[in-house]
Amino acid sequence: MKFPRKLAALSASAACLALALSGCGADAPTSAGPTGETGKEPVTLSLATFNEFGYEDLLKEYQTLNPNVTIQHKKAATTNEARDNLTTRLAAGSGLSDIEAIEVDWLSELKEYPDQFVDLKDPAVEGRWLEWKTEAATTQDGHLIGYGTDSGPEAVCYNAALLEAAGMPSDRESVAKMLGTTWDSYFDAGKKFVAAGTGPAWFDSAGAIYQGMSNQMSKAYENEDGTVIAADNPEVKEVYTKVLNASTKDNLSAHLGQWSNDWVAGFQSQKFATTLCPGWMLGVIEGNAAGVKGWDVANVFPGGGGNWGGSYLTVPSQGKNQAEAKKLAAWLTAPEQQIKAFTAKGTFPSQVEALTSEELLGQTNAFFNNAPTGKIFAERAKAVGDSPFKGPKFFAINDAMQQALTRVDVDKSDDAEASWAKFLTAVKSL
Amino acid sequence: MSVTDRVRPQGPSLDEEKPGNRDVRRLAFSQQVSKWDVKLSPYLYISPFFLLFALTGLFPLLYTGWVSLHNWNLIGGQGKFIGFENFGFVLGQPYFWNAVGNTLSIFLLSSVPQVVLALLIAAVLDANLRAKTFWRMGVLVPFVVAPVAVGLIFNNLFADQFGLVNEFLGLLGLDPVRWHSDQLASHLAIATMVNFRWIGYNALIFLAAMQAIPRDVFEAATIDGAGRVRQFLSVTVPMLRPTVIFVAITSTIGGLQIFDEPRVFDQSGLGGADRQWQTLTMYIWELGWGQRNFGRASAVAWLLFLMIVLIALVNFLLTRRIANQGGRK
Repeated sequence: MKFPRKLAALSASAACLALALSGCGADAPTSAGPTGETGKEPVTLSLATFNEFGYEDLLKEYQTLNPNVTIQHKKAATTNEARDNLTTRLAAGSGLSDIEAIEVDWLSELKEYPDQFVDLKDPAVEGRWLEWKTEAATTQDGHLIGYGTDSGPEAVCYNAALLEAAGMPSDRESVAKMLGTTWDSYFDAGKKFVAAGTGPAWFDSAGAIYQGMSNQMSKAYENEDGTVIAADNPEVKEVYTKVLNASTKDNLSAHLGQWSNDWVAGFQSQKFATTLCPGWMLGVIEGNAAGVKGWDVANVFPGGGGNWGGSYLTVPSQGKNQAEAKKLAAWLTAPEQQIKAFTAKGTFPSQVEALTSEELLGQTNAFFNNAPTGKIFAERAKAVGDSPFKGPKFFAINDAMQQALTRVDVDKSDDAEASWAKFLTAVKSL
Repeated sequence: MSVTDRVRPQGPSLDEEKPGNRDVRRLAFSQQVSKWDVKLSPYLYISPFFLLFALTGLFPLLYTGWVSLHNWNLIGGQGKFIGFENFGFVLGQPYFWNAVGNTLSIFLLSSVPQVVLALLIAAVLDANLRAKTFWRMGVLVPFVVAPVAVGLIFNNLFADQFGLVNEFLGLLGLDPVRWHSDQLASHLAIATMVNFRWIGYNALIFLAAMQAIPRDVFEAATIDGAGRVRQFLSVTVPMLRPTVIFVAITSTIGGLQIFDEPRVFDQSGLGGADRQWQTLTMYIWELGWGQRNFGRASAVAWLLFLMIVLIALVNFLLTRRIANQGGRK
């Protein structure tokens, strides 16, 4: 019998709806605006983050520096949990923390509701971050939603032992040269690798490669005015075809869905030689490939630069202590503090000044053959181009696209054309 | 009619009250109160459940209906009233019908074996076993495991390339099954998770019902020369009918709302690249939280509700018919 499950579902939906309801009657905030005076009245600030931001010691430091401030830190275990919490309470109109951390991926949908967030634009912090980092969090009318914390500049990780076995160069510099700066040169190197016939594939997943390529399009799926162009954008179709040609015709793909169990196992059984890796991916690879020797990082990314992931601190406008919250957010995201967070938890900075810090540049990673990861990713961060425009439907369309790629690359249940047709249907249904 | 009504004297009560005897009135009143007490109290005692249900069940149900008639964004909130447009849109979506098919398929693949296996296990547990309580508690263990945990473990077992199940099939010389791309295979895998969790639970319910069957019936059957199998089919099963109906209906409700297991069946949780295992509840989730279209999500939720009511009714009629046939032997 399934009564308990039904009950749980019922009460959950009731809770959601109750929250949504109270949102209808949300009253206007009666607080001092973001420009109010700070540093006098005793105030308790709440800060909501997820995973590891490395803020524990910093918060203590801030409370010593500002005796009037008490900080309550709420940590969600996963980003999904944090996102559900954020959207539900945004809808409810109350219950959010004074500072809410958000992920770069949520920006496109949150930017739809700029009045839910305090405009954090401030001459004092201008030029603090890499340009693309701030640009991604700014709406078209110049409203800055959040202060950047960490970032995910991408490089290429590779398994040197597999390259060697195929008779290819395997040290960092020559691999970077061999992979080249375009996707064509990356795929060409792959063809050479596969031609050697050692067994493993060149890359892990067509979906992962597409993600890297599509992030370099200035606008993939939507125009600024909200019209969906995914179906007619020749760039999208071109990248789609290119990735799938590499996957099926040239057989460069290991046909693994990224994050699937097979993908995780693929690291142990050495099914592929390269994978695109933002800084935070190093930890993932190290965990999945524990015991496998030969992983290294090449200071290169095909097609220019790329960023995957990274977070922001926002100040929701429903908060009561906006001025104090803004002050704390600005302090936490200052280069000096971000470097401390980086040392504590490895969150790679998005602040220009932090990228030149000795501590960051001196960092190496033992698992990746002692690669100077600090230096490599600092350079990768500077190579990231303009941030692509992502409209409110980006998530849904991108999901449909990833499914289209998976049908061909992993499931092999459709060919590229049939799968594209299904993608078009999916986009139309949005 | 109404005119003549008004002309008519206002009932005999007025005349009767004229004697103005207060005691009579008070007596009548307190009698009235105790009458209310007898009549209303039972309802009052049971009312907390219904009040709670109205708050957590009925209200959301109706409110969902209200939402489904509007353009409604998760964050933006209520938009224009658009009547049944959401329903029309959703009914025209191939994904909706795909989800209906998947839900029914997974429901059948899980509910039917579940009830049958639970019955068999209950029969075994009902026999004279050593360490009875141990076995009885044992079948309940899968039930206390969180569905998501079950999902993660089975997901590993059913991985396409390096999963245990496929490795095992390989040892037997069979081709690996493509659990995450073949529609029916994915349904089987998900149904396995559901069955793993619920068979033990249902078995205990059946067991409880079986123990309520008077033992002398079995003795009589034994004297008549019926074997164990014959006894099970001709005595146990017919006498379990009310319980079977109960289990069938509750597992219908649960089976049609299945969410956790298919949701964690792959990393993206959308029901597969070709939506091979996207169920209706997952479709609701995709519409509401993926596309943030609460209006359409609510429309699907209502359609699902109607579907459950319909199937539960069919279920009820079917099982009742079987029960009647059996009972009039």
